[in-house]
Amino acid sequence: MSPLTSTTPFIGVDTVETANQTNHTDPACTPCSIAGQDISFGVLRWPEFDNPGRSIKKAGGSLWQSSAMRVETRRNDHTLIVELSGEWRMQSPLPRFDETVIGPTGTEDIRAVSFDTSDLGEWDSSLLAFLIQGRQFCEERGLEYREETLPGNISRLIALSREVPERVTDRKDGNTSFVTRFGEKAIAAYEHFLDLARFTGEFAQSFFALFTGRARMRWRDFWLIVQSNSSGSLPIVTLIAFLVGVIVAFLGAVVLLRFGAEYYVSYLVSYGMLRELGALMTAIIMAGRTGAAFAAELGSMKITEEIDALKTLGISPISFLVVPRVMAVFLMMPLLTVYADMIGIIGGLVVNITFLDISVPRFFVGLLEPVTLSDALLGVFKGAVFGLTVGLSGCLRGLQTGTDAGAVGQAATSAVVTGITLIILTNALIDWGAALIGV
Amino acid sequence: MEGVEPTIEVKNLTMAYDSFVVMRDLNFQVRKGEIFAIMGGSGSGKSTLLKHLIGLKKPAGGEIFYDQTNFWEADEKTRKQLQRRMGVLYQGGALWSEMTLAENVALPLEEYTTLKPAEIREIVSLKLALVGLRGFEEFYPAEISGGMRKRAALARAMALDPDILYFDEPSSGLDPISASRLDDLILQIRDGLGTTIVVVSHDLESIFTVADRAIFLDIGEKTITAIGNPDDLRKNPPNEEVHRFLTRRNVIERGSNGSGYQKNKVKGS
Repeated sequence: MSPLTSTTPFIGVDTVETANQTNHTDPACTPCSIAGQDISFGVLRWPEFDNPGRSIKKAGGSLWQSSAMRVETRRNDHTLIVELSGEWRMQSPLPRFDETVIGPTGTEDIRAVSFDTSDLGEWDSSLLAFLIQGRQFCEERGLEYREETLPGNISRLIALSREVPERVTDRKDGNTSFVTRFGEKAIAAYEHFLDLARFTGEFAQSFFALFTGRARMRWRDFWLIVQSNSSGSLPIVTLIAFLVGVIVAFLGAVVLLRFGAEYYVSYLVSYGMLRELGALMTAIIMAGRTGAAFAAELGSMKITEEIDALKTLGISPISFLVVPRVMAVFLMMPLLTVYADMIGIIGGLVVNITFLDISVPRFFVGLLEPVTLSDALLGVFKGAVFGLTVGLSGCLRGLQTGTDAGAVGQAATSAVVTGITLIILTNALIDWGAALIGV
Repeated sequence: MEGVEPTIEVKNLTMAYDSFVVMRDLNFQVRKGEIFAIMGGSGSGKSTLLKHLIGLKKPAGGEIFYDQTNFWEADEKTRKQLQRRMGVLYQGGALWSEMTLAENVALPLEEYTTLKPAEIREIVSLKLALVGLRGFEEFYPAEISGGMRKRAALARAMALDPDILYFDEPSSGLDPISASRLDDLILQIRDGLGTTIVVVSHDLESIFTVADRAIFLDIGEKTITAIGNPDDLRKNPPNEEVHRFLTRRNVIERGSNGSGYQKNKVKGS
């Protein structure tokens, strides 16, 4: 087995038989190369599976050996000669330079380390890793590292690995304390909140500029978004609202039957759907559907520099892209909420008829007696507010997208998370306000 | 062209991302009607410099003047007016994908002129014809090839007859024929319309073909290390980095044989 020479094919599959294997013609052999450099690694081979692995012999000259790689040391005055032989492959466990070469003998009277590679077989990055370790080791201890005793291609690769100095960055390492991390997160959260507030302000400005004639909007875009946010989302809203109505009715039926008050299931369903669940469920669906879509659309526009192209033409992305989107979802959400309310009540009605034996007229009497118009209007109001929330958080996250390919996905995810968080938060605030003014 | 008032003047410009300084002390002037190349290796801040010039990123220090008007000191209205005089061809074209080519070219006209729709259509057709896309008005960006997209984007950049045209890596992603056709187009625009053109590029072929003057952004020095005609710079490189860049010499070992420029030469001179 000859050591690697410059005649080794740059790319190719080697089928040379190895010492303890016959007819080794594994097609999965993968040679390895560094693009553009006229240097080859050794040919990589699958490991012999009967490899006994690492064994350390403390006695005798041989310090470390496996079936494949061998490291032996000799002394010549103050020079330590490291004899490298056998096959060096990453599939075998790697020796550590300090413990195998220097460790047992100590470095007291050694001034230089040189190498003897006359019996070296084929090798790959494992040998390089070992030699680079050795180089660092020698530098730390002020020993002379005789690189010239290594074959030319090996020393060239080692030189290549040191060509560019390690970049000194101000990037912090991960081992910061809990308090630091907590503080950083808190500051980041506060900045997110400021971003949202600033963005809402810019939106409001552009929105009013639209009515004072200082800005224009592309109405065709607006109608396209209206379409996808109304008829486009009806199937999913129908399904979810119906099932939520059914679920609430079942819950009510189970609890209220105990008190013989199953008549009030219709009250529970309609009150719940109109005041809370109709708007809330629709908003959550829209956050996942529309908010994510807005973020992804604007995010990919940012990556392809389409947003920059608008800016350099002096066209505000807010009035051109954000206003039509937010306005469309703001206007459609109340309508979808009313629709979801109706479908949810129908779901409750189905449970009443099939499960509780309550007739349709009795159901509606039970519904209309306690439920007032203000309950329904509160739900519609919520729908409008949630629409604004979904639209704004989707567009904000889209415009905040980074510049790499994964960023669009992150933008969509964070649009949904921000949207849903804000929906739940504003829902609680509105309920609190409604309780205060007695609606 | 000596003695002509500079159209663009950059004074002591410092560019930074947060606290990381990309380039500092940048000084250069672009004269009216010349083709000016900004060259440098990957990551040297060419595109960042472009962002500063077209008003997308505020400088960390220094000034940019357009015809003696300090761009970043000016109020928003003036800035918008200055931006209206620039056209930008982005690296990937950056056509608005939701709109047809005609709508793309028409948008700046709708935004800044009071032309009637029929007149706008006429101008749009003219601009598309100028870049060799006659009859492609109703196509969407996704339906045409990368080279055509770049030319359509050029038509959009030229919609308002800008005084200054910026090109960000015009030849990137194009085959050699499309790239050279775009280079021809750049020369024709300058010769025909007298537009000042700034090209950001690392494509030597393109730089040597079109550029009258060029600056070199050196990553190591973090500033401009060469300024002048690209051919002159190749013949008499002021430093090794510029020489390597302009002759495509590899850094490792090969530089010592066969290249016209050697380290000892500098030491000797």
